[in-house]
Amino acid sequence: MALSAQQIPRWFNSVKLSSFITATQLGKQFQRRGKTLSHGFSAQPQMSSDNCFLPWGFKTYRTSSLWNSSQSTNSSRQEISSAQSALLPSVNEQTQKTQKIPRFDSELSLEALDDLPPLSPLQPVSEEEAIQIIADPPLPPDTFTLRDYVDHSETLQKLVLLGVDLSKIEKHPDAANLLLRLDFEKDIKQILVFLKDLGIEDNQLGTYLTKNYAIFSEDLENLKTRVAYLQSKNFSKAHIAQMVRNAPFLLSFSVERLDNRLGFFQKELELSVKKTRDLIVRLPRLLTGSLEPVKENMKVYRLELGFKHNEIQHMITQVPKMLTANKRKLTEIFDYVHNVMSIPHHLIVRFPQVFNTRLFKIKERHLFLTYLGRAQYDPTKLNYISLDKLVSVPDEIFCEEIAKASVQDFEKFLKTL
Amino acid sequence: MGSRRLALARLHGLFAVYKPPGLKWKHLRDTVELQLLKGVNAGKPPAPEQRVRFLLGPMEGSEEKALTLTATSVPSLTNHPLVCGPAFTSLKVGVGHRLDAQSSGVLVLGVGHGRSLLTDMYNAHLTKDYTVRGLLGKATDDFCEDGRLVEKSTYDHVTREKLDRILALIQGSHQKALVMYSNLDLQTQEAYDMAVRGLIRPMNKSPMLITGIRCLHFAPPEFLLEVQCMHETQKQLRKLVHEIGLELKTTAVCSQVRRTRDGFFTLDDALLRTQWDIHSIQNAIQATAPRVAVELEKSLSWSWDSRGPSSASGLENGAGH
Repeated sequence: MALSAQQIPRWFNSVKLSSFITATQLGKQFQRRGKTLSHGFSAQPQMSSDNCFLPWGFKTYRTSSLWNSSQSTNSSRQEISSAQSALLPSVNEQTQKTQKIPRFDSELSLEALDDLPPLSPLQPVSEEEAIQIIADPPLPPDTFTLRDYVDHSETLQKLVLLGVDLSKIEKHPDAANLLLRLDFEKDIKQILVFLKDLGIEDNQLGTYLTKNYAIFSEDLENLKTRVAYLQSKNFSKAHIAQMVRNAPFLLSFSVERLDNRLGFFQKELELSVKKTRDLIVRLPRLLTGSLEPVKENMKVYRLELGFKHNEIQHMITQVPKMLTANKRKLTEIFDYVHNVMSIPHHLIVRFPQVFNTRLFKIKERHLFLTYLGRAQYDPTKLNYISLDKLVSVPDEIFCEEIAKASVQDFEKFLKTL
Repeated sequence: MGSRRLALARLHGLFAVYKPPGLKWKHLRDTVELQLLKGVNAGKPPAPEQRVRFLLGPMEGSEEKALTLTATSVPSLTNHPLVCGPAFTSLKVGVGHRLDAQSSGVLVLGVGHGRSLLTDMYNAHLTKDYTVRGLLGKATDDFCEDGRLVEKSTYDHVTREKLDRILALIQGSHQKALVMYSNLDLQTQEAYDMAVRGLIRPMNKSPMLITGIRCLHFAPPEFLLEVQCMHETQKQLRKLVHEIGLELKTTAVCSQVRRTRDGFFTLDDALLRTQWDIHSIQNAIQATAPRVAVELEKSLSWSWDSRGPSSASGLENGAGH
């Protein structure tokens, strides 16, 4: 019963997606071919409904539990719900049907084609065979959410139990495809072990992977090289763990890129090596973010706001966030603090925390103090109020200790602004 | 899930917020929505679910290896919060009479079913109270203190009496406009009664009408006015200050526009920025709910009765404002 290549598509079309390959053969072949098939698949076409190649796709998230439980030693036929193979959510490429047919053809001719079960649904079937028909509702071939697949994929289940937020990852379609194709034992486990060695705790793995799921597609050797590079720059193990936790994409940067960035910060800020290192450890996203805002902000501080270089260095070591702050907010805060509150540069340098607070907070508190007559920011005179006390303390402490008024008075005052 | 549904069930109604100056009303509405979402999504996560699956396996207690289907309950992760995401991703929050960015004051917001009450409030055509602070001696292009300077003038000749006279003139002319736009025939007895009690106001679209204006504080160059008006925009109020300056044969700009009352929501009901969280908002909605119902009922019945030609008794229980 040699089916010619042309006949196969027609036959399959008429049968509507059920394949009639024996379970054992399927098991074995898929074991062997699984990986290549899935890669072949990724270059593959859109799965249309009359596609006969759906069963091949099974492998990639081999629901081994499902298989094993439903496998029998001597079942002759399994009706595999075709949509289970649907793990090609939104793949859009050209179909290469001709490529598949020869393989399938060889497949069929290898197997006992006389094993092919009868086509008619009215044919009587033995009890054993009837039990082994899997009639679960088919999985959708493409969908916008991973909810449909999570109960059928061990990888996804294990990731959810780790704490990875799939609802955030599925917003990136490539990410969802990647996760579905991965195999827990082979790919994911190694990376998880590597991350644990680095120092990331179990309960932190979930948040880390939610941000940087792309780490699964990185080569383990590359990751090790990058960590070795950071260690060569005298970052301690604990520091590296902290940096990776706070900037999840750090390990996805190549060694040259990391080198360039460290060099940039050394040149630009002109701090000592130890201070630069401390700065990077405190705010590792300097290495992963864009460098343009940092250059802009340095120019703003020097030219527009009029700080000297050593003053900028001092402020940055105290509050590293100033390097990546929004330029407009910086200028607004400085304008209010310097021109309206009449605070000179050297006092602002001593309390750089003002650049990290919201403008409305500074305005409200300053206006309240002016109303009470307590707005005195000169350290040489009496009743001096320092800037960090003005901005960093919570409302209750500010009202009681600094303004010497009650919180209700402050609220009443706010309603008159 | 039960606690989240309960939290959402109490989030229907009107509440007032104090809009600080410098904040756009849209940003405020978005901030309030985010805070409410945070509160509503913060409930206890639901218990892990199970689903029933029929699994193939050898029957227990039988000698042969015959396979049979057994129903087992297996855990299901389909509705796990890490797979579905947060329970609520948006809430419907509506805004009543808007305030522009530089003005401040009482801003009425409606959540859920309360948004239809916003329409009712609009149709009730209630008046609003403002305190307007003016500065004599300069004129700018957008009538604000920080606008482009157009003219500077002296203001030594301005006295409190002159200002009061101008304000009385303004109030008188607007009184006439009130009667005209309310489409009432003043020859009827009912209309006359209402006019005597000062209850006439237009119940459909009209230009800005000032029902009351007086000077609270006069210390040249600054002066403080209290304005009671309807169908206004804050820009028109600033223009009013500019025109008052012109009438006084000098110039004036407006430095602050602050709404102290919007219909029946006053400054006491308004929530400050620190109180924009779900519990304070729920309490505010519950506190104002009875008053809102009563007031809207009154104004709707008043508008009904006032339009009827032969209703004499209905007017007694209508108390417009």
